[in-house]
Amino acid sequence: MTALPSRKLEAWRYTDLRSLAAISFAEAAPVAVPELPDLGLPRIVFINGAFDPVRSTPPDFLEKFSRVAEASDLPLALINAEQAQDGMTFSLPEGVDAGAILLVSYASGVAAPVALHPRHRITLGLGAKLTLIEIAMGEGVYWHNPVIDIALHASSALSHYRLQNEGQDAFHLATIRAKIAAGAAYESFSLVIGARLSRAEFHATLLGPKASTHLNAAQLLRGHQHGDFTSVVAHDAPHCGSRQTVKSVLDGPARGVFQGRIEVARAAQKTDGYQMNQALLLSPDAEMDIKPELEIFADDVKCSHGATIGALDPEQIFYLRSRGIPEDQARAMLIRAFLTEALEPVTDAAAREMFEAAIEAWWVGQ
Amino acid sequence: MLEIKNLSASIGDKEILRGVDLTVPDGEIHAIMGPNGAGKSTLSYVLSGREGYEVTGGSATYNGENILALTPEARAAAGIFLAFQYPVELPGVGNANFIRTALNAVKRARGEAELDAVAFLKLARAELKNLSMPDDMLKRNVNVGFSGGEKKRNEVLQMALLRPGLAILDETDSGLDIDALKIVSDGVNALRSPKFSALVITHYQRLLDHIVPDRVHVLSAGRIVRSGGPELALELEAHGYVGQEAA
Ligand SMILES: Nc1ncnc2c1ncn2[C@@H]1O[C@H](COP(=O)(O)OP(=O)(O)OP(=O)(O)O)[C@@H](O)[C@H]1O
Ligand SMILES: [Mg+2]
Repeated sequence: MTALPSRKLEAWRYTDLRSLAAISFAEAAPVAVPELPDLGLPRIVFINGAFDPVRSTPPDFLEKFSRVAEASDLPLALINAEQAQDGMTFSLPEGVDAGAILLVSYASGVAAPVALHPRHRITLGLGAKLTLIEIAMGEGVYWHNPVIDIALHASSALSHYRLQNEGQDAFHLATIRAKIAAGAAYESFSLVIGARLSRAEFHATLLGPKASTHLNAAQLLRGHQHGDFTSVVAHDAPHCGSRQTVKSVLDGPARGVFQGRIEVARAAQKTDGYQMNQALLLSPDAEMDIKPELEIFADDVKCSHGATIGALDPEQIFYLRSRGIPEDQARAMLIRAFLTEALEPVTDAAAREMFEAAIEAWWVGQ
Repeated sequence: MLEIKNLSASIGDKEILRGVDLTVPDGEIHAIMGPNGAGKSTLSYVLSGREGYEVTGGSATYNGENILALTPEARAAAGIFLAFQYPVELPGVGNANFIRTALNAVKRARGEAELDAVAFLKLARAELKNLSMPDDMLKRNVNVGFSGGEKKRNEVLQMALLRPGLAILDETDSGLDIDALKIVSDGVNALRSPKFSALVITHYQRLLDHIVPDRVHVLSAGRIVRSGGPELALELEAHGYVGQEAA
């Protein structure tokens, strides 16, 4: 197996995988599965990395999984390619609006640690449309290492909503790659609340004029959780837009990482790039590492980025309390308000409700 | 009834309130005037429970209860409301959601039934109308991008909906245009009842033409140095604060 990346690699400077490397994984055995969410949508279920036909109500466009070679040198994508046995695969034909589907991944490492390397492939034909809601969850010690490859043909649109709600002893390392053709839109929002250690690495490539992407995320971490959001947005064509709003709320000794690179090629004139990273530290022990990078080779572009790290504002807390709102609730309101901007692109009602409930549960669970 | 006895408070090692004595019986409205930096806002913050002040002596009770021992939210539940001199902006928090959450928190603390969103909106729209405020005030984020006068009106809207027993208005008239001053004053006068009392902090006699106070007090260098009827405000307007400290 390809080795796990070490912190000597620049891209892995802030996320240390030694605790993962120390675990020996067993073959996945049959497990007891709890009731899984369905949000009233067509549902595709993977249990310990394998498609589960019993719990799934797949849409008819779902295809059989087939292996593909890994073209990149990304260590986790290479490992995934070596290990992948299954994955959700489909292409939507030109012009089809497939509505919303749900992808649920459940893993159990309760009996023995397991590793799952699903490889999902989604292609949207010319003008096709889809909303994909993804929920990752589980129990015990396991490593979920999904790769999601997305190809969006011209004028197609994918809304991709991820709820990373893995078990508290889990490792979640996801690689999401989107190739976005002219006029196509890739909109994503991720809510990270689970896993002991997680990283979601997004690579969005804007290939044709007027392609656009939103890569938004919120990480809510506490205790010894480590959450890393890494993105690389490549503007390869003119008149493309990319927007990223990533918010982290860190409590206890939790640690958040944001690495965001925007690459603007010489041909990508009139690029409109925006990146905002904000962290709210609820405890003096929390830590946030932020690394924004802009690499611009075109001369007529608009690119902005900003980063802030702060605590809740005592003036605001007092204002709310002076109106009768108990301190806990006042803090919850301000945290929810802090996340608002990141959640803005979530227009799908089912997804929004799911995220609101998860945020609420995170708050209550403390 | 609000009873403040020999109240002293400091910020760090700076003493700001230096033995304030003040009683506001139920049903009365008292005005507090006084030079910049006298401690008027400090008094209103100490009464509403803001952090950062150390009470170094004296007492403050409302309806016999020691309010200084209560959390800010418990004081609100007890009926105390502060209209801020500088209302705080809350980006990302919708005004309607904010006021409804506040109203329901207070209702819950008092053991009353909470309002659902529909019932609240009906109530809020009626108050907005009374205060000549546009409906979209409720949709916007709390005080974000509000003009100075709009912020003050939003404070009065909250007061009207929360129906406090004791309202402390810290320069609510500053920044209001002439029409707004009248509207805000009407809002305060509408709350007048044998169970309602108010402390109105102001620099301008003009406000007291609309909200006629039962008593006027002068706070200077952390003490009430003079008290009188409404005519005291007129006298101050004419002669300023010079010599008040010695009185
Ligand atoms: N956080 C603080 N640290 C130090 N000094 C403070 C602080 N807050 C207030 N003060 C001081 O306390 C004094 C009283 O301030 P306060 O705001 O109560 O005055 P005020 O009577 O409300 O004045 P104004 O009419 O200008 O509103 C002032 O000298 C002010 O500088
Ligand atoms: Mg003041």
